[in-house]
Amino acid sequence: MSRGTLYDKVWDRHKVTTLPNGQDQLFVGLHLIHEVTSPQAFGMLRERDIEVARPDLTHATVDHIVPTDDQSRPLGDDAAEEMMAELEANVREAGIQFDDPTTGNQGIVHVIGPEQGITQPGTTIVCGDSHTSTHGAFGALAFGIGTSQIRDVLATQTVAMEKKQVRKIEVTGELGEGVGAKDVVLTIIRELGTDGGVGYVYEYAGEAIESLGMEGRMSICNMSIEGGARAGYVNPDETTYEWLRDTDEFRDDPEKFERLKPYWESIASDADAEYDDVVTIDGSAIEPVVTWGTTPGQGIGITEPIPDPESLPADKVETARRAQEHMRVSPGETMEGYDVDVAFLGSCTNARLADLRDAAEVVEGREVHDSVRAMVVPGSQRVKAAAEAEGLDEVFREAGFDWRGAGCSMCLGMNADQLEGDEACASSSNRNFVGRQGSKDGRTVLMSPKMVAAAAVTGEVTDVRELPKREVEA
Amino acid sequence: MAHEVEIPSVEHVSGTGIPVRGNDIDTDQIIPARFMKVVTFDGLGEFAFFDLRFDDEDEEKDHPFNETQYQDANVLVVNANFGCGSSREHAPQALMRWGIDAVVGESFAEIFAGNCLALGIPTVTADQATIEAIQDWVVANPDGDIDVDVAAETVTYGDTTVDVDVDEAQRKALVEGIWDTTALMKANENAIAETAANLPYVGSD
Repeated sequence: MSRGTLYDKVWDRHKVTTLPNGQDQLFVGLHLIHEVTSPQAFGMLRERDIEVARPDLTHATVDHIVPTDDQSRPLGDDAAEEMMAELEANVREAGIQFDDPTTGNQGIVHVIGPEQGITQPGTTIVCGDSHTSTHGAFGALAFGIGTSQIRDVLATQTVAMEKKQVRKIEVTGELGEGVGAKDVVLTIIRELGTDGGVGYVYEYAGEAIESLGMEGRMSICNMSIEGGARAGYVNPDETTYEWLRDTDEFRDDPEKFERLKPYWESIASDADAEYDDVVTIDGSAIEPVVTWGTTPGQGIGITEPIPDPESLPADKVETARRAQEHMRVSPGETMEGYDVDVAFLGSCTNARLADLRDAAEVVEGREVHDSVRAMVVPGSQRVKAAAEAEGLDEVFREAGFDWRGAGCSMCLGMNADQLEGDEACASSSNRNFVGRQGSKDGRTVLMSPKMVAAAAVTGEVTDVRELPKREVEA
Repeated sequence: MAHEVEIPSVEHVSGTGIPVRGNDIDTDQIIPARFMKVVTFDGLGEFAFFDLRFDDEDEEKDHPFNETQYQDANVLVVNANFGCGSSREHAPQALMRWGIDAVVGESFAEIFAGNCLALGIPTVTADQATIEAIQDWVVANPDGDIDVDVAAETVTYGDTTVDVDVDEAQRKALVEGIWDTTALMKANENAIAETAANLPYVGSD
């Protein structure tokens, strides 16, 4: 078993007791809730006549169903309005802080926590959303949970869990030009498999990870779940502290920052920590990655050929064959040149300010291709405001992108933003499952924000590193 | 005073089987996102595997959940990495409300297995060959009895009994009837307060 890792230390600090079933009862430092997975949990509490234990450690927003254009009330979609109203009633009754769209703080649950500084190192964070692993970028232990567990947390501020093993994933070297966090995590999932992380939490380390900013680390931790890991984290360091210093929690309270910093430093993995497994990946060999199939593990470097299903391990053959049929791709070809109808820049994986800057850099001075419907959906109202303050919205608008309001949008299609028919989408989101973006015939190709930008302007999957050269040729 | 909830033990699940083949069946397939625009789980059963069961004209497609011989089945037999993707408890809720009481498979995504446990649904595992043999048997014997013995960690179908794995915490929780953790954890209020008080970042409430 692992010893001396951040995971071990934070687990021990938060362990209340071992339950009769053998699971550990863990104290939850921050419970994030949203409109989709919490109403039934509040219902169950009412049935049992239990009150919310720690509203002060609970924080709500609305993201999955919220429209990204007209957010005036009542919402145009009756079902969405009902969910919104239910959340409002629940948080009001319990006295939980709620970042609704009128506050200027609303956004995707995994974007607002870090930007407000409530996501901190050495904390335990849970949310009824699998991408809660995002918060691990700060050195928090962050887990996605189901609705019955939300009930548990609301009732007790604790959750029942089994301790996992720790796998250190060391990404060495320097990332190449045009290569970013998204390419790194897609490479990890491809190499270890979508179920490779079952039974593990992932500790991301190595030069390529440490040199990333907080946004990049969040993109990587965000997709831990796509690799089957229950959580992922990066040890806190100066990059982490710099981010925190400038958040609501600490901007005007430097004493609080100084008081907590020794704790944050103390929970980082020891130099001689023991891991259950260590995997090393050469970061300098990673190129921009895109998916060719219908799971996040079906990715390839942009210059690599799409694999022949028959060449894959026996248990992957059938899934690959069906995926290639759905995506209409053939072995031996590369994904470069794959026609796209939609470009979606958004989601809890890649809709932070740094992601929008990355994409804007590619878009600037270019135009969205005639055949592409392109949209930017900032991860939060604050990201949107910050992007507008530096003129990114103008860059996107001038190029022909639709500049929209904050929310989960087309990532999972629980709102009006959806693929239609068999549209192919260059997407900065996290899942390419069949039907994921709202149309069961839709085709999602996962990629980095830069690569989405490149696809938007050329109308096809494009190696962002080759984009300037292509224009010279044209 | 909080209401006590009666939690039954789940030592074994008996009934007939239904096979759903394929690896990496994600929770978006088990319950498509659009059916999650609800504030209760009540009606989710009819939407289980909806997009795999119906085409654009709402005509039935080939899927075990549509087939007459499986309509009373309660033991779902699946392959590898079942329930991956979104953490939505709507997925096991939809299966449970369709009629599923136990899932036998090669492997499960962890959040999915945890969500099943919270509903008292065992998720038991065996190797690929064992699972495929059970699936083949179910196809040949849709009325045949399957018994998932959680306590003994076996699955019996026809004259065959095979060993399966049940996660130790899951086994204990189901067999002893302690799988609904709310009351279990609420009983430790003093220890919870003590743990919180020792965390430098937690204020008093």
